[in-house]
Amino acid sequence: MRTFHLDRPESIPAAVRALRDPDAQVIAGGTDLITLMRDGVRTPSRLVDVSGLGLDRVDWLPGGGVRIGALHPNSADDPRLRAEYPVLVEALRSGASPQIRNMASFGGNLLQQTRCTYYRLPEFPCNRRNPGSGCASIDGDSSKQAIFGTSGSCVAVHPSDLAVALQALDAVVLVAGPDGDRRIPIDEFHRLPGDTPHRDSALRPGELVVAVELPAVPFARRSHYLKFRDRASFAFALVSAAVAVDQRDGVVRTARIALGGVAPKPWRATHAEQALTGRRLDSAGIDAAAEAAVLGAAPRPDNHYKVQLVRRVVRRALNELGES
Amino acid sequence: MTPRKHTSSHLPSRRAFLAGGLSAGAGLAGASALGSASAAPPAPPPETSKITLTINGVARTTDVDTRASLLDVLRERIGLTGTKKGCNQGACGACTVLVDGRRSLSCLTIATRYEGREITTIEGLADGDQLHPVQRAFVEHDGFQCGFCTSGQIVSAVGLLAENPAVPDAEIPELMSGNLCRCAAYPNITAAIRDARGQV
Repeated sequence: MRTFHLDRPESIPAAVRALRDPDAQVIAGGTDLITLMRDGVRTPSRLVDVSGLGLDRVDWLPGGGVRIGALHPNSADDPRLRAEYPVLVEALRSGASPQIRNMASFGGNLLQQTRCTYYRLPEFPCNRRNPGSGCASIDGDSSKQAIFGTSGSCVAVHPSDLAVALQALDAVVLVAGPDGDRRIPIDEFHRLPGDTPHRDSALRPGELVVAVELPAVPFARRSHYLKFRDRASFAFALVSAAVAVDQRDGVVRTARIALGGVAPKPWRATHAEQALTGRRLDSAGIDAAAEAAVLGAAPRPDNHYKVQLVRRVVRRALNELGES
Repeated sequence: MTPRKHTSSHLPSRRAFLAGGLSAGAGLAGASALGSASAAPPAPPPETSKITLTINGVARTTDVDTRASLLDVLRERIGLTGTKKGCNQGACGACTVLVDGRRSLSCLTIATRYEGREITTIEGLADGDQLHPVQRAFVEHDGFQCGFCTSGQIVSAVGLLAENPAVPDAEIPELMSGNLCRCAAYPNITAAIRDARGQV
């Protein structure tokens, strides 16, 4: 690991000033960044420690909704959050281990890097790590890779559970930067790889995530997260689904279905949402949504199993939601 | 011409450099202050720092490599070797310590960020010869085989019972999933935690 300056700013403006150094990197929980630095994937000469900025609060907003500070740990589990945004708490509880959840932050979770093996091993070419070097996965092992949203440059998966829940909740990411504050809808926060997989988020140079805001939406209370993985606990998703519905008189007025483990960003399954809207949450409606969830899937040689897994995870998530 | 090989015998090892003590760190700190005061090129990042950590209630001041993890500082600078290094990448839980009472992985850290925090290691759980109730329960239920993961298991269990004093039986395995035991002593580990529940 390269040595680094450690800045410990005490205000957001001071942190943003420190981030003017193009070689600076924000450190929050550090659970991802430290392994990336040890493995030589990231080589910052300056770390800007944002743990002293007081960004760990949960504030319920007067007009409805809640704002969760970017440094709030992933062990968030308070009763009100659980009641009003069950999908959020379920997604967090399904991620990592209790120790890592205590350390890891909301902001860091959104900005964690892919678990693609080739990205994490600098001896392999990787366009996401070293732009223009190629992609070792395209002719290599694709068993854990994406089936939606890939490009000829990158086929990696975004590993977050939290971000998938945020997709289903219409969350907004609040950032501070040299040109002021901005609000970025979660769907625009993560970028598809295209020709520039190294630019994985909408953050501009020097910008800092300060909070995540969840609006008061009618489908939030009836929401659920289901994660399927290689073992029962402490593993990244092969496929996961965040589902939420607002029903009136038994008919689905609004549906949200977001998928994890299948795309370079938390993936909104809009076809599945449309298939469910206006229908009952019965087996016919759920089957239609499960089938629509895989429209446009483009599996690679080793990950065809994910197509069927998406259907089944969506079906089971909606069934469990219907029973709740 | 044969390329010249640099072997460690030509250079002082990092351990020797650190053990050399304060003078190297102080010299670098001085250079850093000069660099920021003039228009000279910025000072290179420091190799070492002098930090004070509060470990098991005792303040300990030591020189550390700026990059060192809390785990390495505990074991190699402070001499508290009860905290174990298993995977060193956050997967096994052998390095679990409490930070301000919350269980954390000491391997996924930079020690210099932990000044001012209350760090508790396995050595800080017992009260003299009186074992912590979780330690006693692990002994009584034979919650180990080879013992390498045990200090991490016990500290993690203490953290779990602080987070959730009435943790239901069915949730214990999931809430201990950050601690691997390759001997698979899991049934006895969970039995020990069930027994210690309510005693801490």
